[in-house]
Amino acid sequence: MILAIETSCDETSAAILSNGAVLSNVISSQMIHSQYGGVVPELASRAHLRALEAVTNAALRAAGIEKNEITGVAATSGPGLAGALLVGLMFGKGIACSLGVPFVGVNHLEGHLYSNSLGDAGPEHPFLCLIVSGGHTALVLVRQLFEYQVLGQTRDDAAGEAFDKVAKMLGLGYPGGPLIDKLAQEGNPEAVRFPRSFLEEGSLDFSFSGLKTAVLYHLRDRGLMYPEEEGASIDRGTMADVAASFQEAVVDVLSAKTIEAATRTGTDRITIAGGVSANSLLRSRMQSEAARKGMTLHYPRAEYCMDNAAMIGYVGWLRLKHDRASGLELGVEANLVL
Amino acid sequence: MRTVTTRSAKDTADLGESFGAMLKPGDVVALFGELGTGKTEFVKGICAGLQISGRPTSPTFTIINEYPARFGIVAHIDLYRIGGEAELRDLGIESYFHEGCICLIEWADRALAILPGDHYAVKILHGDGSERERMVTISSPGELPS
Repeated sequence: MILAIETSCDETSAAILSNGAVLSNVISSQMIHSQYGGVVPELASRAHLRALEAVTNAALRAAGIEKNEITGVAATSGPGLAGALLVGLMFGKGIACSLGVPFVGVNHLEGHLYSNSLGDAGPEHPFLCLIVSGGHTALVLVRQLFEYQVLGQTRDDAAGEAFDKVAKMLGLGYPGGPLIDKLAQEGNPEAVRFPRSFLEEGSLDFSFSGLKTAVLYHLRDRGLMYPEEEGASIDRGTMADVAASFQEAVVDVLSAKTIEAATRTGTDRITIAGGVSANSLLRSRMQSEAARKGMTLHYPRAEYCMDNAAMIGYVGWLRLKHDRASGLELGVEANLVL
Repeated sequence: MRTVTTRSAKDTADLGESFGAMLKPGDVVALFGELGTGKTEFVKGICAGLQISGRPTSPTFTIINEYPARFGIVAHIDLYRIGGEAELRDLGIESYFHEGCICLIEWADRALAILPGDHYAVKILHGDGSERERMVTISSPGELPS
């Protein structure tokens, strides 16, 4: 029975897993109206400190287990915001220590890589994973258990960040990803030809900063920036066209580079993970492109796309099973790499 | 204080590089400018000037990126998502104001309450000319506008 803690960025999350199967997975932003004290997601470490105990107790209760049934504790050790990571890591170590059970630090990105194995049979090794979220955009080849090769990553903004910033420009709320996804379904993806940045020939890296700026110029030149702040409103059809055209540009690049990476490495199993992997166009495009190439695509269940402790627990369980517990001297690493 | 007009993202990064080359450990650089003006490009240039081996990316989501440097670390901070002074103080950015660190703060208009008095200020504005034109104003600690 593993207790897992994730506090690398905004979400405070705790999960209980039994032999790799998720018994509970509690995420702070989903507890807003719950009976557990109205935890609202906030930035920074003190917010995690306030939420962590309530979230952990909720996870124990939802799993129907007592603290003393825990046989191992996993916590995210990086990458992320150092202060936020520290809260979860220390809390996890404290519980492991007090219960006298092993502790293991987990790389947040490693969690995303295996998020497709939660609740469903994940892909066999080797497989290729596109991690796309607010903080990360990376193509990773998982050769075998614990053996990773980063093939490409963003050179500036993450894909999810571009979604959030474009949503802000359009006067939509936060988080921007789901709102753009929804609005885009009413729009024409060919209305505006935004630039696709493929970088230099053969590169598997990404760049979304230029696309963000192109959307900004498009809106600014037409007097359509920040409609809410200026009390004006853009015609919904125009907004939908911009949202659809922007999303099309992002998905074009993500899918083309992912298929290229799979082809180049001779991998026919592809997974997508992270918040943006919930995007409906990305899912359908990747599905059809993969099928066309005779490849299979896995994507996570909705609750495992966003940052969550279940994926940390799954990797923690794998690591403990393979005798890879961490020492209690393990510290956080804000820029931890795979 | 000097103002330079740049005409491409590369221009902005090049200017950042020459500025970065003269920074000393302990320096704090406050960057001001709207979305899409090239703050992160300028920071990438600074990091090149400081001969950072890693590749700087936008810290909007994680808020703080740390890059190892010969003298210690470069803290690349982005306050875009910070809601108010309470959140700002929770971050503990002041802990990066020391002799082993160079601090680069994007959206620094949200950090006025905690900025040390002797920081550099870099303001980037969209130019009047082409879409890509930017006006970059760099102020040294001694010449900050009041």
